[in-house]
Amino acid sequence: MIPELGSFSLILALCLSLMLGTVSLAGASRNNVTWMNLARPLSAGIFVFLGFSIVILAAAFVGDDFSVKYVAEHSNTTLPTRYKITAVWGGHEGSFLLWTFMMAGWMTAVAACSKSMPLEFVARVLGVLGLLCTAYILFMLGSSNPFARIVPLPPADGVDLNSALQDIGFIVHPPTLYMGYVGLSVVFAFAIAALLSGRMDAAWARWCRPWANTAWAILTIGIALGSWWAYYELGWGGYWAWDPVENPPLITWLFATALVHSLAVTEKRGVFKSWTVLLAILAFSGSLLGTFITRSGLLTSVHAFAADPTRGIFILGILGLAVGGSLLLYAIRAPQLKTGFGFDLLSREMLLLANNVILVVASASVFLGTLFPMVYQAMTDDLISIGPPYFNAIFMPLMALLIVLLGIGPLTRWKKTSVSYLLAQLTKVAIASLVIGVVLPLIVIMEFSWVATAAVTLAAWISLSMAKDIQNKTANKPNLLAGLKSLSLSYYGMQAAHFGCVLMLIGVSLASAFSLEKSVLLDTGDSVDLGEYIFEFKGTESVSGPNYVAERAEIDVTRNGNAVETLHPERRIYLATGAPSTEMAIDAGFFRDLFVTLGEQRGESAWAMTIYVKPFIRWVWLGAIFMALGGCVAAGDKRYRKLRRKIEEPNQAKVEAQLQPGT
Amino acid sequence: MSKLKFYIPVIAFMALAILMWRGLYLDPKELPSMLIDKPMPAFELTSVDGAQISNDELPDKIFLLNVWGSYCLPCLIEHPTLMRLSEEGEIPVVGVNYRDRQNLAQEWLLDNGNPFEFSILDENGRFGIDLGVYGAPETYLVDANGVIRFRHVSVLDENVWREEFEPAIAELRSEGAAQ
Amino acid sequence: MKTAFARQSIFLSIFFAVFAAILLVSYSPTTVYAQVDTFAFETDEQQRRFRRLSDELRCPMCQNTNLTGSSGGTAEDLRREIHRMIVGGMTDQEIEQFMFERYGDFIFYKPRLRAETVFLWFGPLLFLLIGAMVAFGIWRKARTVDTVEHELDEQQQERLKKLLEK
Repeated sequence: MIPELGSFSLILALCLSLMLGTVSLAGASRNNVTWMNLARPLSAGIFVFLGFSIVILAAAFVGDDFSVKYVAEHSNTTLPTRYKITAVWGGHEGSFLLWTFMMAGWMTAVAACSKSMPLEFVARVLGVLGLLCTAYILFMLGSSNPFARIVPLPPADGVDLNSALQDIGFIVHPPTLYMGYVGLSVVFAFAIAALLSGRMDAAWARWCRPWANTAWAILTIGIALGSWWAYYELGWGGYWAWDPVENPPLITWLFATALVHSLAVTEKRGVFKSWTVLLAILAFSGSLLGTFITRSGLLTSVHAFAADPTRGIFILGILGLAVGGSLLLYAIRAPQLKTGFGFDLLSREMLLLANNVILVVASASVFLGTLFPMVYQAMTDDLISIGPPYFNAIFMPLMALLIVLLGIGPLTRWKKTSVSYLLAQLTKVAIASLVIGVVLPLIVIMEFSWVATAAVTLAAWISLSMAKDIQNKTANKPNLLAGLKSLSLSYYGMQAAHFGCVLMLIGVSLASAFSLEKSVLLDTGDSVDLGEYIFEFKGTESVSGPNYVAERAEIDVTRNGNAVETLHPERRIYLATGAPSTEMAIDAGFFRDLFVTLGEQRGESAWAMTIYVKPFIRWVWLGAIFMALGGCVAAGDKRYRKLRRKIEEPNQAKVEAQLQPGT
Repeated sequence: MSKLKFYIPVIAFMALAILMWRGLYLDPKELPSMLIDKPMPAFELTSVDGAQISNDELPDKIFLLNVWGSYCLPCLIEHPTLMRLSEEGEIPVVGVNYRDRQNLAQEWLLDNGNPFEFSILDENGRFGIDLGVYGAPETYLVDANGVIRFRHVSVLDENVWREEFEPAIAELRSEGAAQ
Repeated sequence: MKTAFARQSIFLSIFFAVFAAILLVSYSPTTVYAQVDTFAFETDEQQRRFRRLSDELRCPMCQNTNLTGSSGGTAEDLRREIHRMIVGGMTDQEIEQFMFERYGDFIFYKPRLRAETVFLWFGPLLFLLIGAMVAFGIWRKARTVDTVEHELDEQQQERLKKLLEK
């Protein structure tokens, strides 16, 4: 009975979404305040009902209700409780429910944090989100209901959650990724609202930016978590496979990054208006595209949910209507958006435009590479593979170009910057970067390496350029501390995010250029050296776990005679299947990772194993953390809060004035 | 005129949507064999029964080359079809015992029946690589001159036999007659 | 206002600390997909070549994995073959040719450049050129608006003058 309540709750949410989508938008165009005022409570209602549905689904998992088909397919009585709960998003139906719930969450956040925006605008934004929500819930009820039952005979026990998913990575990655993905619908709704009303002023950009920055930051973390999870799951040091299901979040992220920068220009200078709107639509399309590719079976991938072309058609339909419709609206209304002031070829506007071009080209290229195998098959009836060698060849040069511009951009002025000014600012920075780039690697690794020099030079280029900018901005203050205090959160956000790029650049290039790996056969007492580390194999002992028996190896790692860590990789045999599995042991460090995977036993006491030393690998995700931090910090800038205070204060004064006797 | 450029995104998107829609209906394709119209790779191996065999032992007429293993469940599913073909004498079937153990293969044939003229023992999969095999079961159609003409991946059941192999064999036979 | 800022700083610090902690924590054994072959190579260069080939060739029977990351039987065999060929003195090109003859284009993660893949390889460059043109167009449009507004400003200035003189 209870799972049916979940379905019923979905139906209620559907009705509310439909009402929200139609009534709010109609109310906005007819200027009907009553209708528009319904938008906020309707959003909250949708959130409550979808939340209720998710809770019921989770309860079905925890309660081992295998009469629910979805539970039977993804759970088992022996599954630990925390994984029973996360199994809610272990398959297509449940994860889509999570997706829609996130949508409702963002809608409610907009409803709650939009006091400073005019009612008509809020009604339009929530109305658009309501329409999207309607489509999603219709899709669920029509083709992917997580509450569907198995009749007539429910199984006694479930199939179990895929063992790869019984992991902390699975607990954090999907919800965060979805939260970021869905958050971009908010910016999309803002853009549609602007097109519908035909107006887009500086205030619009100011309202938009915190939402864009926050969604972008969360998406950054979501993607980074996926990469981090893949790294220790795959076990051979890879962290990004350019897989067809991994690429759409990246495509979306690249569009979103361009959007975040474009919004800055629109807010400050009133230019790029129609371009910003287009980017908002594209970023949102990226998120729908991701859902489509993952769930439709269009492309071959290790990550894809079980393929189902009918679902694919449905989602393609939603994609077509939402994106096609909004692009049509864009074509009709965008020409009306008045653009602001002009700018020189050498100006901050132009450099940000270059930033946008590079990011959009990168995104389009990743999209091309992702979809091309399908196109090729349609053209030639033959199969082709496109993987990391292609994507890296295209993507890295574009990013390198972007990084070079990153050193220049923040130092340029709006509207017009003179070449001599830039040269004065940056010549010393350039020379210093080059020197550091050559000298520092030489000191550390005692030999010249093109990759290390290039990476360190670029990193220094940006870091020193950032420092120069801070120096400029605090020059006229009494002391450095006062100067730093005077800089806005928005500025710190920018610098933090750009610094994140530096960290990621170092991580990506140095990890790929200087990773070491050795496969050896070691007997007890043997040791092997890799890099500066010596790995000594001390032998194995037999251990057993809840559902397996294993041989657990002990490996002592030393460096320059000092003990570093003892690693314990295992080779397990799971009792249920009899299949062996390899367990790696990682020593994660700030400057390097060490890990060992244990292979087969050969002979009495000799074991095959592979040892890895990966320098700076964690900096890849540390960079992502700084980027996300930057986005959140920037979203908190006081100019996004100011308006609320302006509205509050006069009321207070009025009240106090009214309390004075004699008025 | 300049307003028309705003329509570019929506037109491009529509083209893309149609492309993806078509893509949904593309059949997931099996990997096409690179050996079509090429001669059978040379080999000198033993059979599952222990005899020395090479290309000379292959039949002089159109035959099937079936890649199988005792561990392979789909192979068991297609087994009745192969048995029927072999018993009715329609077409010779030669086996390639892929990545298996000789004793396990022999047991499997004893337990289930042996439709094969003989089975090439390919314990380390080296011959399979030369054929471009990527997983059992696979069945090749080889003509009277030892040239590979057709490959089917996955289970060879009666439907597949009727719809794919019989037409292909008929074509080969008429070619042979015409020569 | 101050409390809002304080609240935000606390939230951000927790956010940062949590993710940094997740990032740097060492892990107890975790099941991996990686394979351990112990192929012996005579030189480091050979080991590097092996790793590159095994990374860039696709496992024919897997969903979408390279030979390095695959535990399947065919992948194991192919890695062994690559080792045999490297140690036997074959060049990378010869090894790739060997793979092509048996598995076709599908096995290469780096698509070969031919007529059908020209757009794939040169598409991004084309996009870049188009992007540059669009950017240039946006810059030009913004500049003309600037001059037009300037003229209006003059008209408005005249009206202003007339109004002031009244």
